[in-house]
Amino acid sequence: MSSIPDDLQYTATHEWVRVLSGGVVEVGITDHAQHALGDLVFVEAPELARRVAARESYGVVESVKAASDLFSPVAGEIMAVNEELASAPERINQDPYGAGWIARIRPDDAASLSTLLSAAEYGKLLETQGD
Amino acid sequence: MPQAAVPPETLEVPPCPDLTGGFMGRETPLFELHRSLGARLIDFGGWSLPLHYASQIEEHHAVRRSAGVFDVSHMGIVDVRGPDARVLLETLLANDVGKLRSAGQALYSCMLNESGGVVDDLIVYFVGTEHGYRMVVNGATRSGDLAWIRRHAAGRRIEILERTDLALLAVQGPLARERVASLLAHGAAGVADTADAPPTASATATTGATDGGELALSLEPFHARSIGRWFVARTGYTGEDGFEVMMPAAEAEEAWRRLNALGVASCGLGARDTLRLEAGLNLYGHDMDQSTHPYESGLGWTVALEPRDRRFVGRTALEAVAAAGSPRKLVGLVLDDRGVLRAHQKVSIPEEGPGRGANAGGHAGVGAHAGEGIVTSGTFSPTLQRSIALARVPAATAAHVQVEIRGRALNARVVKPPFVRHGRPLIS
Repeated sequence: MSSIPDDLQYTATHEWVRVLSGGVVEVGITDHAQHALGDLVFVEAPELARRVAARESYGVVESVKAASDLFSPVAGEIMAVNEELASAPERINQDPYGAGWIARIRPDDAASLSTLLSAAEYGKLLETQGD
Repeated sequence: MPQAAVPPETLEVPPCPDLTGGFMGRETPLFELHRSLGARLIDFGGWSLPLHYASQIEEHHAVRRSAGVFDVSHMGIVDVRGPDARVLLETLLANDVGKLRSAGQALYSCMLNESGGVVDDLIVYFVGTEHGYRMVVNGATRSGDLAWIRRHAAGRRIEILERTDLALLAVQGPLARERVASLLAHGAAGVADTADAPPTASATATTGATDGGELALSLEPFHARSIGRWFVARTGYTGEDGFEVMMPAAEAEEAWRRLNALGVASCGLGARDTLRLEAGLNLYGHDMDQSTHPYESGLGWTVALEPRDRRFVGRTALEAVAAAGSPRKLVGLVLDDRGVLRAHQKVSIPEEGPGRGANAGGHAGVGAHAGEGIVTSGTFSPTLQRSIALARVPAATAAHVQVEIRGRALNARVVKPPFVRHGRPLIS
């Protein structure tokens, strides 16, 4: 059973969102996603200051098995990327909600966060997908 | 092409993971064991098999550094015996079974269609004059292979028997042989009770060995023999030493658990794929198939055009290719830029010479192109910590190529496989 921290929000494409101070959100992929992908070996991070739309592919993670798109949970601007993942993509497997964070985004519209899934809703989604 | 010492036994590539789980295909005798070990099961050519148990990369390293065990019972084991068995295999196989002179020898070969395309690749073991040959073929192709073999056997004095009663475990790694020998020395395979045993390829008389463990350890590379109820072959698909062991299906689970208890790691098809690619071994259906011939698949070394009077299926087509020279070849690639090579990515071949753009910084469309190729298998190499691939490219391809990954042209070097062998990197 995957870990789904209560204090985060989620998307149906298995991303998580943490609201930081100063109106910036931190995003990554969920424990379920890293487990399904297997050992991660490569992360293609977005460029700083890039503008992304909600649900737009802003990067790629590759495991030994396959490549998967990263979808931005919100529309906004990329403020930071986790540089450590370039040399240590396994951080995502080891600590998907902590050291394995992928990017920090300044949302165009803070209200858009209300459309994301709660931990309970994401947990239900996984159940219906047979996790 | 390289070494014949550890040619491939064969396998299809794992498909992408099924994120929803739930597929249930044909089951090997070890299916329940895999489930109890927490394996992630995938659809693999219609079979439900483990992709990995925990970390695929750790399973890979276990085989390079100590030992791992794989369930490859989906592969087809086909016994061919009778007075015309040898003639049939001389007709069906592009390599020459005439090279198998003493019982226990093994040979890697392609089976071709009339156009020279590869119907399958396989290992054939010469069990003995009385007992004929045993072939191990790919799981995904086994039913087609059997139909093909039976068609060519029609009217001949041949018995063809698919051994669905046997499980096949591959135990691979520097410590693998010792671990299997330990099982055999402690009564596995009923070595002490040989009354109902299948034929023994080489008797104890030739080695002086008295227990099953010693018999196994005395096997030369690419040789096999029956030991009690088991058929033990010193073959594999990982670039490491080890055994492939055929045994009665009912004995497989206990053998697996005893190997685990001796420190042999349970390994899935994911690690099997990264290991075989590092070892530079082809995967049927990816690196070659019915539409490609051995000379453009890195398998020219397995085609025996001598003796000239051996009229095997596909010979005429291959003679024409051999005379004209194959316009394409299969090479190894090492990605110099960051990323992961994958099957079906496009390979561009820059013109060699001064001012060529191969190292100009990874932009598509730099310089004139001498042609195009395609990645047939690619992955991240856990041993080398960078991406490697096999690719089919124009014969004139030299030292550098570019591979298109998500719209960008990344730089790769052309190398001669294998990439890794016996735990050691062979490329810089």
